Amino acid sequence: MEGIGIWGVPLAIFAGAIRVSTPFIFVSLGESITERSGRINLGLEGTLVFGAMTAYAVAVMSNSPWLGVLAAMATGAVFGLIHGFICKFPKVNDIAIGIAMMQFGLGLAFFLGKPFIQPVAPHLPSIALGGWSSSPQIQSALNINVLFIIGALLAVALWWAFKNTRVGLILRVVGDSSDAARAMGLNPDTVRLLATAVGGSLAAVGGAYLSLFYPGSWNEGISSGQGLMAVALVIFARWNPIGCFLAALLFGGAGALGPALQSVGVTQGYYLFYAAPYVLTLVILVVTSSPTRSLAGAPGALSITK
Amino acid sequence: MTIEANIPTLPPLSAQSGNLRPILEWLARRAEPVAISLGAILTGLALFSIFITVVGKSPIDLFKLMYTGGFGSWFSIQNSLSRAAPLLLTALCVALPARLGLVIIGGEGAVVLGGVAAAAAALPLTGSVSPIIVLVVMAIAGMIMGGIWIGMVGVLRHYRGVNETIASLLMAYIAIALMNHFIEGPLRDPASLNKPSTTPLPAEYMLGSIPGMDVNWGLVIGILACIVSWILIEATSFGFAARIAGGNVRAAQIQGLPVGRLIVGFTALAGSFAGLAGMVEVAAVQGSANASLAAGYGYTGILVAFLARHNPLAIIPVAILLGGIDASGGLIQRRMGLPDATVLVLQGTLFVVILFCETFYGRFKIFNPDLWKRTA
Amino acid sequence: MIKLLPMNRRSFLQSTAAGAAAIGLSPSLFSTTAAAQTALTVGFIYVGPKDDYGYNQAHAEGAAVIKAMPGVTVVEEENVPETVDVQKTMESMINLDGAGLVFPTSFGYFDPHMLAMAAKYPDVQFRHCGGLWKEGVNPMNTGSYFGYIGQGQYLNGITAGYASKSKKIGFVAAKPIPQVLQNINSFLLGARSVDPAITCQVIFTGEWSLAVKEAEATNALIDQGADVITCHVDSPKVVVETAAGRGAFVCGYHANQSPLAPEKYLTGAEWAWGNVYTKFVTEAQAGTPLGNFVRGGLKDGFVKMSPLGPGVSAEARTKFDATLAEMMKGSFSVFKGPIKDNKGGDAVTAGQTLAEDAIELESMAYLVEGVVGSTS
Repeated sequence: MEGIGIWGVPLAIFAGAIRVSTPFIFVSLGESITERSGRINLGLEGTLVFGAMTAYAVAVMSNSPWLGVLAAMATGAVFGLIHGFICKFPKVNDIAIGIAMMQFGLGLAFFLGKPFIQPVAPHLPSIALGGWSSSPQIQSALNINVLFIIGALLAVALWWAFKNTRVGLILRVVGDSSDAARAMGLNPDTVRLLATAVGGSLAAVGGAYLSLFYPGSWNEGISSGQGLMAVALVIFARWNPIGCFLAALLFGGAGALGPALQSVGVTQGYYLFYAAPYVLTLVILVVTSSPTRSLAGAPGALSITK
Repeated sequence: MTIEANIPTLPPLSAQSGNLRPILEWLARRAEPVAISLGAILTGLALFSIFITVVGKSPIDLFKLMYTGGFGSWFSIQNSLSRAAPLLLTALCVALPARLGLVIIGGEGAVVLGGVAAAAAALPLTGSVSPIIVLVVMAIAGMIMGGIWIGMVGVLRHYRGVNETIASLLMAYIAIALMNHFIEGPLRDPASLNKPSTTPLPAEYMLGSIPGMDVNWGLVIGILACIVSWILIEATSFGFAARIAGGNVRAAQIQGLPVGRLIVGFTALAGSFAGLAGMVEVAAVQGSANASLAAGYGYTGILVAFLARHNPLAIIPVAILLGGIDASGGLIQRRMGLPDATVLVLQGTLFVVILFCETFYGRFKIFNPDLWKRTA
Repeated sequence: MIKLLPMNRRSFLQSTAAGAAAIGLSPSLFSTTAAAQTALTVGFIYVGPKDDYGYNQAHAEGAAVIKAMPGVTVVEEENVPETVDVQKTMESMINLDGAGLVFPTSFGYFDPHMLAMAAKYPDVQFRHCGGLWKEGVNPMNTGSYFGYIGQGQYLNGITAGYASKSKKIGFVAAKPIPQVLQNINSFLLGARSVDPAITCQVIFTGEWSLAVKEAEATNALIDQGADVITCHVDSPKVVVETAAGRGAFVCGYHANQSPLAPEKYLTGAEWAWGNVYTKFVTEAQAGTPLGNFVRGGLKDGFVKMSPLGPGVSAEARTKFDATLAEMMKGSFSVFKGPIKDNKGGDAVTAGQTLAEDAIELESMAYLVEGVVGSTS
């Protein structure tokens, strides 16, 4: 294989955006549903890691990665249901429960995941869209995982559904005001319970991507805070699913910058390059925020924005 | 789900002796958090026992070991206190802004940069100045650095409308990158070969242990910080204004309260406590700033603060409880052959239950003297 | 199977000195072990999970070897950070489990953590993995052990040199510290012994364990044309699987990763800690003094190579076997001058030959000519 020199940097950013972003896409889409309903689940890091473990374990035992993804979704939904159920009681703080659930999810995943560190699980398939190119680098960059494509479609579908469907309307009403929802005959607790469950199951898909595709292995260090960061990206994306998708791409692409620059010989101060995704996100956040119209699009009942 | 309790003896008591009633009322109000917390802890332990039984181990053995490892001997108590010490300060970094309704989750950034600043400030002074002055300078440097770092989150929040939760998290990652850059670059001691660190503090400059104990002064500093914070919140006009602003920012602004100064002041103070935690880590434990500063104290502090319901005094027992669980974790691994994640499962179970039990506050008549009158 | 380690002159002198001092300072360990030949509790502390397919697993496999020895009780704790936690873990093993010999296996455990505990418990023996122990500076109840694994990376490089078609090989490294730099240089020098035109691209991830970044680094190396990859991170699992998934060959590190990529795995440089721990425990049980500065390479049984994979050609196998035979005789040196560094300066001057135990190698701060990357 020939090296591709400086072109490796934009290619790596492009490929990295696709490879690295998928867990962020799923977690942030899931969280956007939860937060639209007026709840915040800060514990998705735990759900993500538990999903990664479940998916890997089930894939090892059944030899089917897709069965692993389904199992992860189921466990993610259970975590979401627990969070949603507990938070419906008065005076219970959803942020605090999220942090405790994160601890619980991580602990349970590490505990039950011990026997699955050594075995090798089958990977999720990817679609080769790079057949037209003779360059193996481009072919590899365009080996796109099915989950990424599903994530992209899901972002568009959610964006449309929030605006145009009855379910979307219900979510928005519940998210903006519990009283208004009750006046419409809706039970806000039930809506939030379901929204948190769906959010949890999507976050677990993000975990399944980590363990079954990229990097594609299970160990206790598989996540470096993707679940927590993705929750933050939802606020960054102003609760807009398309925004979540783009923010995840931006974050993934910026994350690929550090290794790519080193691979073409830019080697000084790599820690600062590694901070690029965080700096970039912060700068965009500062530029686009405004003290007067604080958090346009924020669900009114969300505790983090009150 | 309301639980009513009968208090048959109270009405005659209050009728007969007017002096006793205030004492009982005082006791009842104070007893509520203790009783609910204890009930929650017992429930959490019961749930965890089921888990341990399911995986085929004896919960009785486990709890015995936890007691031995966490609180069963003078050594174990000191072990727990040592682990609790840094959490006192990092929990304050969450609890203080929470009084204003701000959720700060990036205390870790102030810890690591506070440690780096403290180590850097000590460099030109060691050898020429007395240890006490060096330590004071280090503490000030750590606090200023931490204060600026989290204070910046407050500034962005108030003057730019940037969400403080996401800003503090992003800045924590940036802080860790900066720390690594400094300790492997400009501040690296060339003699620190395989573990890049700043120049180590000479032994006589180290912040030692509390006399008679094998726990460093960080514990005393942490407890003092909790007490000072409690006084600040409960007994000063600054704290009073913060409580109003925390309840409703717009109402506070209409009342003419300096919301901006409150936000920046509280976040800066919070950050300075986390920076102080970094300084203690350098001056009492590591002896230099290195990558071990990012040990997760900032993140564990979030949990401590929420469990303590952002009450600075409650942070003290919660941190000690957490330290005790941590301390016993090793013994559980060694004696029972359980993975280290057992402790995480226990903490998770316990904390979910404790936080869930918040819902019982105000539901028990026995703890609510206002309801006694009705029966009187 | 247990090979007793031949001592070189330096370590012999040091252990004799250690023995004299140890008998003078701390007779109790030896009197008790001499009286009850069998009973010895040995503590192992790991910085990460003990089944990480890498650094910690290599140590845990060593611990598993001595578990089978009569009279030996092994206590283990994983995921212990390099903070006050590790001090308390050592203390807890000593106080609560009665450990007489402790192996803190992570580099950062030495100073200040192990040294603090060694001063407090002079009757307990501490042996640390790394090369940090200094005679006259550090107490005699402490010591270091380490393996010269650079020769293993040189052998990795030979197989890589034959397997590479693009004449570009890649190295995913954690941090630019002497041990890592020596491995990178050895890997390239091994490959250049096959073809002097080969270059090695290095990417530093900045952390010892960071799965996604390690995968990204591997992909970036392969995108730039590297077709054989090796690494020095705590858990090579991700690098091995990612590289093999892209069709590149891989060389392993720390432990045997061939089951992860049976077709693409050439060979790997592995630790053989079981031999080292067996020696220490045998000495402790016999009441003879433990070495304070114990080091060894392939010939001493400290380091071993994974079985050669199907991607290794017959020609490569011949050169591999011949070089390994030289190394087993003790007459081989990886760093034979003249060697230039990659900034054009002299790394090793003409005529200078650095044996594997040469002190200069311990503070290596350069990358040799042909390595693309920078040390800061």
